[in-house]
Amino acid sequence: MAERDGGDIYREFAKGLWKENPVFVQVLGMCPMLAVTNSAINAVAMAAATMFVLVGSSFLVSLLRKVIPKQVRISTYIIIIATFVTLADFTLQALSPSVHKELGAFIALIVVNCLILGRQEAFASRNGVLLSVLDALGMSFGFAIALLCLGSLREILGSGSIFGFSLCGPHFEPWVVMILPPGGFFMLGAILLFFGWWKEMKAKRRDSVTGRVA
Amino acid sequence: MKVSDPALLLRTAPFLRRNLTTPALMRDVIYALVPVIGASIWFFGVSAILVIVAATAGAMLTEWRFTPEGKGGAALADGSALLTGLLLALTLPPGIPLWMAFLGGVIGIGLGKLVWGGLGHNLFNPALVGRAFLQAAFPTVLTTWALHGGPSDFLAVRGANLAFPLLQGGVDAVTTATPLSMMKFDHNAVPAAALFLGNTAGSLGETSGVLILLSGIYLTVRRMFDWRIPAGVLLAAAIFSGILFLVAPDRYPTPLFTILSGGLLFGTVFMATDPVTSPLSPRGAWIFGAGIGFLVVLIRVFGGLPEGVMYAILLMNGATPLIERAVQPRPFGRGKHR
Repeated sequence: MAERDGGDIYREFAKGLWKENPVFVQVLGMCPMLAVTNSAINAVAMAAATMFVLVGSSFLVSLLRKVIPKQVRISTYIIIIATFVTLADFTLQALSPSVHKELGAFIALIVVNCLILGRQEAFASRNGVLLSVLDALGMSFGFAIALLCLGSLREILGSGSIFGFSLCGPHFEPWVVMILPPGGFFMLGAILLFFGWWKEMKAKRRDSVTGRVA
Repeated sequence: MKVSDPALLLRTAPFLRRNLTTPALMRDVIYALVPVIGASIWFFGVSAILVIVAATAGAMLTEWRFTPEGKGGAALADGSALLTGLLLALTLPPGIPLWMAFLGGVIGIGLGKLVWGGLGHNLFNPALVGRAFLQAAFPTVLTTWALHGGPSDFLAVRGANLAFPLLQGGVDAVTTATPLSMMKFDHNAVPAAALFLGNTAGSLGETSGVLILLSGIYLTVRRMFDWRIPAGVLLAAAIFSGILFLVAPDRYPTPLFTILSGGLLFGTVFMATDPVTSPLSPRGAWIFGAGIGFLVVLIRVFGGLPEGVMYAILLMNGATPLIERAVQPRPFGRGKHR
């Protein structure tokens, strides 16, 4: 990591936001994605906790990457991740008991979020501290964008409100299914469908501009 | 690969074909629906027309918009989207807000058919997928039954038909209970004659048993579906509910009530027999039909809901590939394992 310029650093951060978005592109971390996104506030809490854990463990793993023996690296990562999860768990409990109760076991389950272990194995264990933290930040922001997207859409349709503020007045007809587990699958499927369609449109337009036959 | 007027025509068996195309099949089923639609308009007046138009518009617009380019017009021409919209509308309660009926059509075609790859590729009956989504999203609206009537109150708009999109209907409508919910919650059986003629509350198209039976006979005579499926459904439902009735006549409905009430006849004739989502082999058709009949009675009697036809058909739709695999005839000369 001797030579690197600003563009490199920016790229490692920005790739998680869009091009390699953990949810929309890599389809990782589906368990919290589907389980806790029935309201926007839950999505934000989950995104913040995940971000704390991911950035913290990426930092520590890349710092210790030279001293962790290859044979036991996965278990070491898990211990590091679990430490941060415990911290996040207690912090959230102290800050907002109601949200903590709402999220329940899913805070503890951040340990097994494949997004986090995946970043340690794929990135933090092979790169310097600065790049690893940037990568973790980008990925967590990408994850947060996706969680917030899903959480807000489900809350708007399922209870007619966003962050608890009513949007449509008392006569809104709630789509009960949207705050239930199937609604998570419906909404995620719809969003993935939309992004697939959008990418296709963009590719088509690029092809027609450059004159290639699709 | 189409060669017109080749010198030598080579074909594989079968050589005797029926001149039956998908549009012709869809057309015939739509013809068979005409009396049922007529009955729904007779009993529920202008509301029936509104709901049917809304659901059909949702289904056809979705089909037209999202079928791959170059096939959009052709996809509508085969009439399958129209049929899905009509079937969906006829399973909805008459007082449903029109935007929900429209949404049901969109979901039915989009989630029930197009994401699978279009006509012929779907695992579940599209109209029922639309209805199942509506039932899951708006459980109270889908179980609120507006009062049935005759031609005298033709122009009365039932329930919340005209509610704004995403909002509830503001009006307190006159509602009533269906024969099935009366049976389930009050143990009060509606006489079979009323069920037969259709002068009861219920979904738009399910109330008149006699017209649905006539449509079913028409389709059977025209050989538009496998008669084994409806026969299997009715037999299994009659036998299972008959056993229950004999065990405790004061708690369980008679087999005749079971068959004539709710959506059993409608679902049997128009939905279970969907050629895409039901088994092709004769033995498979028997198993499929019997499974539906059994599940309907099971859900109605032991489940929490008064009606179970929709879920019974959807469940057996899901089991169709398994049934096909289990009863697939083995080629002569092969061993036990494929």
